[in-house]
Amino acid sequence: MTRPTPETLAHSARRARTTAEPATDAEHARVAATPAVPGVRTPAPAQVSGAGSLVRSLEALGVEVVFGIPGGAILPAYDPLYDSTVRHILVRHEQGAGHAATGYAQATGRVGVCIATSGPGATNLVTPIADAYMDSVPMVAITGQVARPSIGTDAFQEADIQGITLPITKHNFLVQNAEEIPRVLAEAFHLAGTGRPGPVLVDIPKDVLQASTTFSWPPALDLPGYRPTLHPHGKQIREAARLLTAARRPVLYVGGGVLKAGATEGLRRLAELTGIPVVTTLMALGAFPDSHPQHLGMPGMHGTVAAVYGLQKADLIVALGARFDDRVTGQLDSFAPDATVVHADIDPAEIGKNRHADVPIVGDARHVIDELIAAVTAEQSAGRRADTADWWTQLDDLRKRYPLGYEEPADGTLSPQYVIKRLGEIVGPDAIYVAGVGQHQMWASQFISYEKPHTWLNSGGLGTMGYAVPAAMGAKVGKPDTVVWAVDGDGCFQMTNQELATCALEGIPVKIAVINNGNLGMVRQWQTLFYNERYSNTELGTHKHRIPDFVKLAEALGCVGLRCENEADVDKTIEAAMAINDAPVVIDFVVGKDAMVWPMVAAGTSNDEIMFARGVRPAFDEDDI
Amino acid sequence: MTMHTLSVLVENKPGVLARVSGLFSRRGFNIDSLAVGETENPDVSRITIVVNAESSPLEQVTKQLNKLVNVLKIVELDPQVSVARELLLVKVRADRAARTQVLETVNLFRARVVDVAPDTLTIEATGTPDKLDALLRDLEPFGIKEMVQSGLVAIGRGSRSITAGPALRAA
Repeated sequence: MTRPTPETLAHSARRARTTAEPATDAEHARVAATPAVPGVRTPAPAQVSGAGSLVRSLEALGVEVVFGIPGGAILPAYDPLYDSTVRHILVRHEQGAGHAATGYAQATGRVGVCIATSGPGATNLVTPIADAYMDSVPMVAITGQVARPSIGTDAFQEADIQGITLPITKHNFLVQNAEEIPRVLAEAFHLAGTGRPGPVLVDIPKDVLQASTTFSWPPALDLPGYRPTLHPHGKQIREAARLLTAARRPVLYVGGGVLKAGATEGLRRLAELTGIPVVTTLMALGAFPDSHPQHLGMPGMHGTVAAVYGLQKADLIVALGARFDDRVTGQLDSFAPDATVVHADIDPAEIGKNRHADVPIVGDARHVIDELIAAVTAEQSAGRRADTADWWTQLDDLRKRYPLGYEEPADGTLSPQYVIKRLGEIVGPDAIYVAGVGQHQMWASQFISYEKPHTWLNSGGLGTMGYAVPAAMGAKVGKPDTVVWAVDGDGCFQMTNQELATCALEGIPVKIAVINNGNLGMVRQWQTLFYNERYSNTELGTHKHRIPDFVKLAEALGCVGLRCENEADVDKTIEAAMAINDAPVVIDFVVGKDAMVWPMVAAGTSNDEIMFARGVRPAFDEDDI
Repeated sequence: MTMHTLSVLVENKPGVLARVSGLFSRRGFNIDSLAVGETENPDVSRITIVVNAESSPLEQVTKQLNKLVNVLKIVELDPQVSVARELLLVKVRADRAARTQVLETVNLFRARVVDVAPDTLTIEATGTPDKLDALLRDLEPFGIKEMVQSGLVAIGRGSRSITAGPALRAA
């Protein structure tokens, strides 16, 4: 078993900052409410290089860690970084830096930062930037650019990263002179972390980094076109409250915006005050405790029957920080045909984009929920209250008849669902779980119980395979005292596992459960269901040839590698991994290839067509349909 | 589908036009005409966009435009209460035989001749798209050798004006 030497770990431990405090709801909310100048320190004006100005701006913004790789154009920045209080984590691929910044941001609520050089360094950030854009993650990406006179000449390692990232950033900057650096950085952090969060790219030419300039802080922000609406309109809130107390089949449809706004406490109060059912989307798992009796589970393509049916048959949907994504609505025309829709979102462009909103509410989810609580309380004290007894009878019946479950594999192989279920039960609700994309992601969303906000991180919108390992690394850096598990697939894991070397050397003891079914499992499931079991290019050979051997691979990367191939060993393998805290651990769970994710609404079909299992449609009462 | 004229006030900064036009193509909208220029405030440019769309997708694209950090304000101009003009330069075949007739058409449309060559006339005209279409239709028989048109610019009637608002003045 190969492990990093104590010296390398001591080195990283010395550099590691101690920011153990778990981020509270209030801390997350602060991102959304950062004042105009988010400076925490105010250094005196000084004569520095552009690079010095960049690093001092990062320090003044309170950045504790950046993930990156140096290269020619960004090199000037790495010199002052060498002496900075900002910790730099040297990743192995820029994609890892980007997802690590996302994992850090999603776990802590702070802005995640990644750095890359020009050209290929910058283009390698494109996937994580697009990922952060789709999932509204506060991220700042800093890239080097070729010197100003070379821009547009097809110079060595030149790429128009500002142009490339136009459609996938909230905003981006090409810094034109060194004097702008503090202002642009402050604006970038402000844009990334406020309103609907998102990635912001700052591209800095090499000669700007080398130029001499004056650094002074705080700069004045110049963003006249940026005014996010935080407080909802009172009239709309009163209308929503009136509907909430008059509906017979209401549902609260909760999305990731509630987590970003730090509104989970308020959500719980609103839910309990009204007594109505709650569904949480893939991006919102943990926003409302899975164990809460009012929680119907996750809606959508692989949601619970009760959650899908709940939305489908609702007479009132109150969407909070959710965006009626196609994975939730299924075929849009037949989605929730009888529902009046109250749609609250901080982004006005989301309202009415996919589904008409009868009551549009623009505002931060925290303010929206707080004001809804007040308005609903007023309605209730006037004697108006929703009568949902019949609705709950129907929903409880569905929950009882169609709980989440799985069949034991007929061929005697290890069940992936069992592994993930046991992982959640043994590790518990305090840990952070980070998933890749595919079957293992859906099972991790279904069979692990999420009780607390920011304990479930995944790539929801873009569906980025390879997200898990680097995102787990970022989460662990942000929350060093929290146990961080990545649940990854054998396909995903092979895309980004190089970051385990980073974890081993930097002292970031993440734990990775590779749900290894030897195949691109979700694609294979679709081939089983929709392509006559013609398994074109989904077999990865990790079973048949054991290439790669994940245990040896883990050891080669400075991690502890464990393998588990049968049910009897699952608990003790997980416990063995839990006992190791001085190195990253990888468990190769060798599971069967035929397990499928159920329930399922096939892509493009109506939610009415939900299948509970293969060939099994839920029996709804005739009256219900 | 109907034509909509949007007046978009933006910060006068490099790359803003690319952000705006890119958004239209990305969201599947065809821009019919586009004109950009400085406003009474040199820090602010005004983009006039004519787009052919249903009203509900247009609302979506307007909201998406509003999200662009450099966009300050968007107003849809109602054709009933606004003045809209395009500029046309057209080079028409006009030899000795046809010249008088061409000049007659020019006068009829209150257009101007801006360049003369032995066998052509270059004509400048401004007006609504309808008027310019009519002029072109009448010139067509003489033979149009070359033409260029500006995008539409439009402004609301009456004393009310569209400005970038207090946010920009304060900045």
